[in-house]
Amino acid sequence: PRVVWASWNASAFSAEDINLAISETYGDMPISDSDAIALKAPSIAENGAVVPISVKTNLPVESISIYVEKNPSPLACKFNIQSRMAADVSARIRMGETSKIIVLAQADGQLYRTTQEVKVTIGGCGG
Amino acid sequence: MKVKASVRDGMVLVKMLMKHPMETGRRKDKNGELIPGHYITEVKATHNDDIVFHGELGPAVSKDPYLSFSFSGANSGDMFTVSWVDNKGESESSEFAIR
Amino acid sequence: AGILPGCISLGKQNEDLYQVANVGDVRLLHITDTHAQLMPVYFREPTVNLGFGDAFGRPPHLVNDALLNYFGIQPDTPYAHAYTALNFTDAAQLYGRVGGFAHLKTLVDLMRGEFGPDKTMLLDGGDTWQGSGTALWTRGRDMVDACNLLGVDIMTGHWEFTYHSEEVRANIEAFNGEFVAQNIKVKEDALFDGAEAFDEFTGHAFKPYVVKTLNGRRVAVVGQAFPYTPIANPQRFIPDWTFGINPQDLQELVDSIRETESVDAVVLLSHNGMDVDLKLAADVSGIDAILGGHTHDGVPQPIEVTNAKGKTLVTNAGSNGKFLGVLDLKFGQNGIESYQYRLLPVFSDRLRADPEMDQLITNIRAPYLDTLTEPLATASSLLYRRGNFNGTFDQVICDALRSVNDSQISLSPGFRWGTTILPGQSITMENVLDQTCITYPETYTREMSGADLKLILEDVADNLFNSDPYYQQGGDMVRVGGLDYRIDPKAGFGKRIDSMQLDNGQSIDLNKNYKVSGWATVGSQSEGEPIWDTVATYLRDQKQVNLEKVNSPALKNVGSNPGLA
Ligand SMILES: [Mn+2]
Ligand SMILES: [Mn+2]
Repeated sequence: PRVVWASWNASAFSAEDINLAISETYGDMPISDSDAIALKAPSIAENGAVVPISVKTNLPVESISIYVEKNPSPLACKFNIQSRMAADVSARIRMGETSKIIVLAQADGQLYRTTQEVKVTIGGCGG
Repeated sequence: MKVKASVRDGMVLVKMLMKHPMETGRRKDKNGELIPGHYITEVKATHNDDIVFHGELGPAVSKDPYLSFSFSGANSGDMFTVSWVDNKGESESSEFAIR
Repeated sequence: AGILPGCISLGKQNEDLYQVANVGDVRLLHITDTHAQLMPVYFREPTVNLGFGDAFGRPPHLVNDALLNYFGIQPDTPYAHAYTALNFTDAAQLYGRVGGFAHLKTLVDLMRGEFGPDKTMLLDGGDTWQGSGTALWTRGRDMVDACNLLGVDIMTGHWEFTYHSEEVRANIEAFNGEFVAQNIKVKEDALFDGAEAFDEFTGHAFKPYVVKTLNGRRVAVVGQAFPYTPIANPQRFIPDWTFGINPQDLQELVDSIRETESVDAVVLLSHNGMDVDLKLAADVSGIDAILGGHTHDGVPQPIEVTNAKGKTLVTNAGSNGKFLGVLDLKFGQNGIESYQYRLLPVFSDRLRADPEMDQLITNIRAPYLDTLTEPLATASSLLYRRGNFNGTFDQVICDALRSVNDSQISLSPGFRWGTTILPGQSITMENVLDQTCITYPETYTREMSGADLKLILEDVADNLFNSDPYYQQGGDMVRVGGLDYRIDPKAGFGKRIDSMQLDNGQSIDLNKNYKVSGWATVGSQSEGEPIWDTVATYLRDQKQVNLEKVNSPALKNVGSNPGLA
């Protein structure tokens, strides 16, 4: 079967400011902090080029987006949750420097947010 | 692309590793020239004509992207398809068996 | 996991050091961070161990009198000497050396024999296979043999992972006990290529936990290796493994153990470091006790931390074979009813050397005795390492790097292992190796800008003083030679360090380059000679070690602190 493409949000992925990236993804949908989203990310990254992130929630979400606040283009990836798909995804992303990871989960016109800081260090001088 | 899919308490857990440079478009080559952005933009998986996974990726995803997800309504032995496309229109699509 | 307080106070004058009441159903013996010290040593506890915010005035950030008062320990007793640096040199001559595996074995056998071997388990928190010349030359295998003879049942690790992955697996194979770590996973790429894993589905590289039955009681021991091993130590030795604190994974694991293993107790054998353990104990419920290491804190009594479902005991059992933790648990209707904990100082002169262990150590050292015992110089002052900002033996290393390489500035990592030399004592090659023997000992000398130097100081400072323990790495500040600076530990990242200046008072220009020597580079292998050769050359040349200047940063915004003697 020929695969149907062209639902890639170019403007969100090219936005170079976190607020613009969010508004290009979700317009001005209201955002509220929630601890119903389980975000697993390292506190200190072993390698800024490969930072494992996983997100899981029981909320009835339509999409999950992962942003790195201080990245040149903050939106890293977006998962559009399909009917038979669990809201339990993971990916590996790039981080240029210590930054906050922001995860937004979209459910019935609302955005639920959780964040965590991930430190990127030059390493060494271990205890 | 390498894919592992196995059934666990009624869900199919999929782990996939795609071979791709994921150039950000900000990196410079040896003589200081900007290497053009070259990254996977979409990843899709289908089973029995249903879309069971759709991800939009960008330049902030690591080289040789790894993704994991899970979906319901399939049994071991079923086949399912995984495809990706990048910003240059290159793509790959393969069928995999669920263990 | 409700734990009621039941611990007895310490430091009664005439009480026999090793007379421990048998009051529990199960006894957990715990050693950690022995750093391959098979022979008795001197080891000075720090006089600078600063804590701020929640950590202010809370163990382990207590030194000298503050520590004695907090735990109700009498001054001028064996305990006071073991737990603090109070008049260290005199007390060391009075009470003698500590540790040594032959003496440790006698104490372990006493604690096991008295209580009942089938009701007792010996746990090792790791940092065992690294820290001495013989451990380096046998790639940790000497310590595996010594631990087998000691009867270690379960261990986890950190510096164990500074050997190559196949050496780690071979040593674990030769180890009679079990190696556990819930927080080490095989990287996805390696799994796809068929790399060895304990559980390919979860990705665990090693067994995450093990359940032992003692006196009819099922005790689960979960392993927690040092979470930042690939950051603090070279990744190139263990390319396929990824670590982390992984608190959510730990909660899921503890919950599933409680649900499926019908255990009477869950213990975490942790190499997190005490501040991380204290936060973890508050975040994760269902753990009865965390037996901790990595930060080398000799903490006489556990800290009881409350969390969502009950209380968790947090201990830390010092380093260099100096202590044996003894945790006795008494069970009631719903889990543990009470406990007794003692952190017993291992005084070598008060414990017979176990003949079998003594012979094993003699055999291990025999091929290397000439190298180990070569006298290099005499110490004119007390040489020690531990302290947030510097140590006098580190000053010797920094002076050696600057003198032998003729550089302006030198850097030496803030490691917390490394034994103590008393004034007047001869400094042997073994003593130098005890401060420097790692598997990436190469030195370097290169130009570094003032800005780069500041970045290094700021980066390491955040590893110590970040207000959230999960962002700390448990080491001390990088030691500097030829350079002074000021530090405000409570400031934020990148804003703690200022007033950097060379020894001659010339202030550091961020854009100017300086000739800098150092060792132990983590990112890649440096090209210089091993550090112990540099230090040995310097010491042979000096003959007598007189420290003219000890580079120690000025402290800003610290005031009086129970972690500052
Ligand atoms: Mn250690
Ligand atoms: Mn350690």
